[in-house]
Amino acid sequence: MIEVIRLSKQFGPKLAVDNISFSVAKGEVLGFLGPNGAGKSTTMRMITGFIPPTRGTVTVGGHDIQKSPIQAKAKIGYLPENAPLYSDMTVESFLRFTAELRGITGAAQKTAVNKAIEICFLEKVARQSLDTLSKGFRHRTCLAQSIVHDPEVLILDEPTDGLDPNQKQEVRNLIRRLGATKTVIFSTHILEEVEAVCSRAIIIDQGKVVADGTPDELKRRASCAGAVKVRIRGLAGSGILSELEKLPHAVSVETIESGDSLFVGRVFPKKSAVDGTLAGEIYQFAAGRQLQLQELAVDEGRLDEMFREITVQVRS
Amino acid sequence: MKNIWVVFKREVQAYFLTPLAYVFIFIFLILSMSLCFVFGRFLEGEDASLDYTFFQFHPWLFMVLGPAIGMRLWSEENREGTIELLLTMPISTWQAIIGKFLAACLVLVSALAMTFPVILTVNYLGDPDGGKIFSGYLGSLLVGSASIALTCLVSAFTRSQVICLVVSVVLCFFLVLIGSPQLLEFLRNIPATGLLETLRLAALEIADGFSLMSHGGRLFGGVLRLDTAVFFAAFISFCLYATSVVIRSKRA
Repeated sequence: MIEVIRLSKQFGPKLAVDNISFSVAKGEVLGFLGPNGAGKSTTMRMITGFIPPTRGTVTVGGHDIQKSPIQAKAKIGYLPENAPLYSDMTVESFLRFTAELRGITGAAQKTAVNKAIEICFLEKVARQSLDTLSKGFRHRTCLAQSIVHDPEVLILDEPTDGLDPNQKQEVRNLIRRLGATKTVIFSTHILEEVEAVCSRAIIIDQGKVVADGTPDELKRRASCAGAVKVRIRGLAGSGILSELEKLPHAVSVETIESGDSLFVGRVFPKKSAVDGTLAGEIYQFAAGRQLQLQELAVDEGRLDEMFREITVQVRS
Repeated sequence: MKNIWVVFKREVQAYFLTPLAYVFIFIFLILSMSLCFVFGRFLEGEDASLDYTFFQFHPWLFMVLGPAIGMRLWSEENREGTIELLLTMPISTWQAIIGKFLAACLVLVSALAMTFPVILTVNYLGDPDGGKIFSGYLGSLLVGSASIALTCLVSAFTRSQVICLVVSVVLCFFLVLIGSPQLLEFLRNIPATGLLETLRLAALEIADGFSLMSHGGRLFGGVLRLDTAVFFAAFISFCLYATSVVIRSKRA
């Protein structure tokens, strides 16, 4: 549905986006992650046709955004960063205006606007002027604008920014629901959001794609992924430690607590054994020695850790 | 065409649902009428004509009021970030530019329409030339539209309405001034020979040819000339086209 091919953007001497390629299929919800200034918004602005790329192409639903912008833009719903609005309008008149620009008129327009108002929970403020509304309502009005024409592609730049926790949850649910039938790209700083909503995530740093995969795949790339937390009783801590270090798939062991007949720690696996092999070995070791295995937990990895490792790595 | 209409409608709402248009119309009426009756000596002149009593002041008024209407056109979009919404809609940039320009012109047309009592008055007092009054209004409208078009161009450069207003007023002032009778008179009377003479004539041509005052003045006097029509059409089209170039290059 969206094809991004070798996209670059140069702002003066700064290369904001550096040779990015990816594609997003229908029914996919792609999370766009990256530190501030990584090039997320610039990439989204190029996909929506707001700024022209220095090099590379973007096609949306088969239409090149540069060569046939009108057709491509017609397929996109876009929520820009900071959710800009015409403050002199009311929620309803603003949505009618955007629907009309999208070529929706008459009775269909009324239906479309009402539906967008309902989906984004704006009924209470529909007739209020936009400059009297709180940030959450303004944000959702802009979101309503992006879905009023039921687009095939949704590009959302930080859709949950500035919302309270309940509103964040509502927007996440909305994205997940829309994602089933549309193609969605959204950017965020919030990593749990990626886990909750995305079917795939791309991490951008310094204008480059540094990671691309499902949230689970990405989590497994964190250094803590596959580490096994254990709590074993029945032998001196130092003794257990040395035994654990000898396990075939263990690389290193970190001690958290060590006592006369207690060991609590974390066992890190070899790269090839993040799938639970190590946990099995630990269990067999404990069972064979008649030790009491009180805790055995495989860390599935954390996105924030992976994110920090990957983006710091690129910098150094 | 439809997209121009949609943008036009929104901009007209922005002008008329806020005090903006009414303030403008009110100020225009106060100024144009007081200039007409006080400085234009409309009553004392005992001449059934609106040429030098009424229209003659309009270029000076539009020099300030044109930028006052047009200053929000793109600077507001730049400041609020709504330009990102507008230009990612399935419409062309030029459609948005023309829609906005026409909406600003509608404010101008309303203001001019509200001066109708002066037509009634002059008809009551004497027997004026209707064609001349028509061409005077046309001239006034074109001078005003030209200053709005220029302001539209300036507003594309900035996110500050104040900067846009100041720069546009200065530019409009210049365009009005170079065609003022005093300046043209001065240029005509410089004693010069040879190359200087050529330069003097060229300056005179340029001043006369580019001035909103000269071209407007012809229409106020009831003279409809092809070069006047071409001047206004070219001037406005150039400004609007340049606006699209600025908008595009600012994002590149």
